[in-house]
Amino acid sequence: MNGTHRRRLLAVPAVLGLVLAAACSNSSGGSAKGDGADAAPLTGDCAKYQAYAGHSGTKVTMFASIRSPESDSLEKSWSEFSSCTGIKIVYEGSPDFESQLPVRVAGGNAPDFAIVPQPGLLAQMVKTGKVVKPPARTVANEDKWSPVWKTYGSVNGTFYAAPMSANMKSLVWYSPKAFKQAGYEVPKTWADLMSLSDKIAKAGGGKPWCGGIGSGTATGWPATDWLEEVVLGTHGGDVYDQWVSHKLKFSDPKITEAMQTVAGWMQNPAWVNGGIGDVKSIATTTFQDAGTPILSSKCWMLQQASFYRAQWPQGTSIGPDGDIFAFHLPAVNPSVTNPVEGGGEFVTAFSDRPEVQAVQDYLSSADWASSRVRVSQGWVSANQGVDKSLYTDPIDRLSADALTDPAATFRFDGSDLMPAAVGAGQEWKSLTAWFAEGQAIPKVAADIDAAWPQ
Amino acid sequence: MSETAVGRTARARAAAAGVRTARKSLGSPLGSLVVIVVTVLWTIPTFGLLATSLRPKQDVASSGWWEVFVHPDLTLSNYHTVLFEGGFSVSGGLMPYLVNSLAISLPATLFPLVLAAMAAYVLAWVRFKGSDTVFFVIFALQVVPLQMALIPLLRLFSGGAHLGSLTIVPAVDLSGTYAPVWLAHTMFALPLATFLLHNFISQLPRDLMEAAVVDGASHFRIFTSIVLPLCTPALASFAIFQFLWVWNDLLVALTFAGGSADVAPMTARLAQLSGSFGGRWELLTAGAFLSLIVPLAVFFALQRFFVRGLLAGSVKG
Repeated sequence: MNGTHRRRLLAVPAVLGLVLAAACSNSSGGSAKGDGADAAPLTGDCAKYQAYAGHSGTKVTMFASIRSPESDSLEKSWSEFSSCTGIKIVYEGSPDFESQLPVRVAGGNAPDFAIVPQPGLLAQMVKTGKVVKPPARTVANEDKWSPVWKTYGSVNGTFYAAPMSANMKSLVWYSPKAFKQAGYEVPKTWADLMSLSDKIAKAGGGKPWCGGIGSGTATGWPATDWLEEVVLGTHGGDVYDQWVSHKLKFSDPKITEAMQTVAGWMQNPAWVNGGIGDVKSIATTTFQDAGTPILSSKCWMLQQASFYRAQWPQGTSIGPDGDIFAFHLPAVNPSVTNPVEGGGEFVTAFSDRPEVQAVQDYLSSADWASSRVRVSQGWVSANQGVDKSLYTDPIDRLSADALTDPAATFRFDGSDLMPAAVGAGQEWKSLTAWFAEGQAIPKVAADIDAAWPQ
Repeated sequence: MSETAVGRTARARAAAAGVRTARKSLGSPLGSLVVIVVTVLWTIPTFGLLATSLRPKQDVASSGWWEVFVHPDLTLSNYHTVLFEGGFSVSGGLMPYLVNSLAISLPATLFPLVLAAMAAYVLAWVRFKGSDTVFFVIFALQVVPLQMALIPLLRLFSGGAHLGSLTIVPAVDLSGTYAPVWLAHTMFALPLATFLLHNFISQLPRDLMEAAVVDGASHFRIFTSIVLPLCTPALASFAIFQFLWVWNDLLVALTFAGGSADVAPMTARLAQLSGSFGGRWELLTAGAFLSLIVPLAVFFALQRFFVRGLLAGSVKG
């Protein structure tokens, strides 16, 4: 079965090339938008996909960094769309996405879609001139997202890529059971959080915080999140924006002050690294393993994003009264309202074939986002059109509430916005050295500033 | 002529003496001991890999693989997951990728082997103007790192080559097939293959060739009846090198074939195996061990040529 399938596949591309070429030339004469108005009507369960009809037998390719098992849920979420409209989505997830995408685009072999998690990489792709502007319906769907999201999908003021998913980084993982037993309250302000940490440290039953910034070649990224959250929570969104665009340097007093705050929190020898070791062990512990001591009460809290949910062992009950839950990291400065640091992915198109536009429209809709939410937990959309009751997982619910809160000060992960040489290079290295070797803050800041491309 | 022949014999004798000395020193009990110790030391990591792949996830996370001797709690579940559970729309886990790997590696080994053997024969035994220059240029091409050629080659495949409005190479839509990977691997392998085989083939005795020419054999006849059988060890050793290189390659496959189940080799699947956040790291050892089996089989099958072939070009006889 597999053998014949493969042999047929070898023959298919040539034929397919002809078909596609024919499809392209046809559509330029007729309904180029492919709005499905003149397509054969879809019936039954498929009726809701009428707007995307008329491209049966076509194929679009998609390249992303999300791999199985996480990507399985994505593929399930559009399987009904695919079978109804006849548009096959060939999905490919690779851990080398960030390095492979520029190669493929420069080599003229760009995928139809790339799911780009870094606005910085999106800007780099737009510079190549190969990114296609989204169709009108995608642009219209964009109003369902808070305006700041549209900014992150735009380059130099032009909107290119619709956001797909959103994740919440400003979470602190803890054990509600252990807190209840010890009589600790979930802190509502930064001052509460600090005094609670102090109380836990003095009580002697394990250190209050644990952390790990190890992540293979990306070692250091969790530390960038800590710094970003403190900058956002101390100085608010405007200073944060200036900082990520390097109008404010790392060596600026405002940023070094934030680094001091991080040092007083995650480099406090009395507070870290619960159940693992000393301050330096943060640099050698992988981010996946960092939270494990919470389960044995050797550590009490871990600052890590919503996707850390996948790291808890099977059978761990997660919820407000369970073994593990999370609370929103409070703002350092109470005058900053509800700071939320988050990340997300952006659907970038490299082709304007009608079937590609149909898929792009569908992926930007609340219908698709709801479909994805229904498939499995561990995925949040910042789309306001998604019914919140669909989120069955308490962590997803918490993240969705924070991400769609109109009053929140939402900002995108800063290291993903900075040029890759800094955000995915020197900042990781220098912050790792800061934890591993105890380098002085002025040196760390100066090193990162020096790496900023002119 | 005769002087070089004498020189050659003398050198061959010296080399043979060297081999004898080496054999003698390795044959002594002390030599055997050293060889055994080194072999055991070198095998430990591989054994650790095997032991880890057979242990349950919790055990691997909490203790080292050597604990397997104290608590021999083994399971095949990692192998089961790797072999039979793929992602969405991929049935059979690693199997389609294993087939892809073979479908990529075999032609990508055979093509450069055939082309390079022919080229090496022509460069070594057919006198024509500039043959030395051609050989030198091919040799020099080894200096070009293949990473530099990735984007230009990809462009050539997807857009063709044009000189003004003149099309030199037409654009061929090969994406989603094995062909670009075969071509890329063949191109990258040719300089080294030609160089290695040229060294071996040019050392074949001139008398043989002359006798064949006197008997009226064509170049093709000489190549198939004399050169190919005589340089089997060199061919086999290069085949092993090239097969292992292609089998273990991730970069070229990822760039030219992509990572979808239709064409991606095992290495691409191994890289995706642990999931977006590394949650399924326990599968990596099992996957790595499975990908090790085929090259191991190839090596053992061709081992005897390999040892002989290693001397190709180094000990001139």
